[in-house]
Amino acid sequence: MLHADDLLAWIGELHRVYVQNKTYLTELDAAIGDADHGINMDRGFSAAAAGLMENTPTDIAGILKAVAMVLIRTVGGASGPLYGTFFLRAAGACAGKDTLAAADVAALFRAGLEGVVQRGRAAPGDKTMVDAMQPAIAAMQQAVDSGADIEEMLPAAAAAAESGMRHTVGLLARKGRASYLGERSIGHQDPGATSFGLLIQAAVDTWVNRRKA
Amino acid sequence: MAAHKYCTVPVNPITQEAQAQQKEGGRKMKKLINDAQDVVKESLAGFAAAHADLVRVHFDPDYVVRADAPVSGKVAVISGGGSGHEPLHAGFVGAGMLDAACPGQVFTSPTPDQMEAATKAVDGGAGVLHIVKNYTGDVMNFEMAAELCQAEGIDVASVVINDDVAVQDSLYTAGRRGVGTTVLAEKICGAAAEKGMDLKTIADLCRRVNANGRSMGMALTSCTVPAAGKPTFDIGDDEMEIGIGIHGEPGRERKPLASAREIIAGMARAVISDLPFKNGDTVIAMLNGMGGTPLIELYLAYNELAAICKAQGITIARRLVGNYITSLEMAGCSVTLLRADEQMLALWDAPVLTAGMRWGI
Repeated sequence: MLHADDLLAWIGELHRVYVQNKTYLTELDAAIGDADHGINMDRGFSAAAAGLMENTPTDIAGILKAVAMVLIRTVGGASGPLYGTFFLRAAGACAGKDTLAAADVAALFRAGLEGVVQRGRAAPGDKTMVDAMQPAIAAMQQAVDSGADIEEMLPAAAAAAESGMRHTVGLLARKGRASYLGERSIGHQDPGATSFGLLIQAAVDTWVNRRKA
Repeated sequence: MAAHKYCTVPVNPITQEAQAQQKEGGRKMKKLINDAQDVVKESLAGFAAAHADLVRVHFDPDYVVRADAPVSGKVAVISGGGSGHEPLHAGFVGAGMLDAACPGQVFTSPTPDQMEAATKAVDGGAGVLHIVKNYTGDVMNFEMAAELCQAEGIDVASVVINDDVAVQDSLYTAGRRGVGTTVLAEKICGAAAEKGMDLKTIADLCRRVNANGRSMGMALTSCTVPAAGKPTFDIGDDEMEIGIGIHGEPGRERKPLASAREIIAGMARAVISDLPFKNGDTVIAMLNGMGGTPLIELYLAYNELAAICKAQGITIARRLVGNYITSLEMAGCSVTLLRADEQMLALWDAPVLTAGMRWGI
């Protein structure tokens, strides 16, 4: 079971992860985009963490919504509305819940994915963040269906996201600035898929690994 | 809630990392700046100080409005996008052109709260036109802003500019980028609004300008985003990138450097054959600098463009030569042609008073 405190710890971890990976994500973006993804994610989650420290909602949905609004306001680019919409829809899926079980976490991520697809109009295989999200959320559903708990479900989802993220290397971009490159986009890992891979790995580190430790 | 659980990070990570990168790469970013993360705000502050007679600059959220906004009963025209393309868009705010501009971070779309606040600040009751360049981020952020404004009863129309012939328009790309035609659309639609035309008419006019405008750009050198601290792409001393966008994103192909005559002929061919522009057409032409190419070369390039148009029976009725939609300090240029009818030409000639363009006043 996850509580509001766990969500806060996850956002704090995301802040740390995107500061740490700012240069890496920006370099991936420089290869096929406009060289700002790491800078934008760092700015967004630094602001989100600072915002939560200043004014901390007590419920899970409130925390997710606060993060969404900060990301929409501060990130810009494509990742601002996409991650903003992800957290906004995730908040909607958690409305009124004080705790989250595995099925609730899967529902949270599924709602986020649906929002991203609607906003960005990307399909699996377009070489976008959806290529990491979609397999991760499928893995979550599979885990939930087989009765797994959060500790089993999340590592499986993170592994699926990582594999989806690595798969983007061979894909031809059909959305976003990378699509302007056509064939030249092949051979590069998608920055958005990578930042989502980091997002779910951070959930594993916060909600699974750190509890075991 | 335990706020202390958050990790602490250096106060100024962007600058520290940028500096570290410069050391690692052995390349030093050489820019007239103070701190990489303050570039946009400090430049806007300078813009406000320099042009207080034309504009007012609002911070947090950041936007620029014409000094007399809102103009009651007039349709307001707004544009916005990442910074680094100056004078676009803030340099085109003023009488006869834009009512407001929303500058994002360098090469990064502005955010919906900026666009929403700017829309409210300039709404004179006759509706607001958003002119959006076709980039994934710009389109999504403006879309969210339009939804927010419409929810509050403001009449918002949006037109997306997608004129870059370097990108194949298909279901399999994000579509053509919005480049040079944006400048011409902002001038013509701004004049239409000043003349009192209604929102639907101006939006239709904007779509007509977009449908008849085509552009293509090229780069001789890369550019350095201040927060990134190093050039966006590597390019050899003997190479050029054809079909470049305005963010240092790679173009259609990398080629050996050629003469201005060959370069402009290649770009003009791509632009002319795309619409296609035909013998007998009247156009507004723009030979635009990317920011790092001097006027002596831009005029030399315009000379080539004028000769090509003349040879093909295309009449350049009006023209712009200079830096209007740039890519930081990138060297290179772009060619834009707009097939113009009498109405567009009359609106082009209408008075304009902005930092980046002024005539007839």
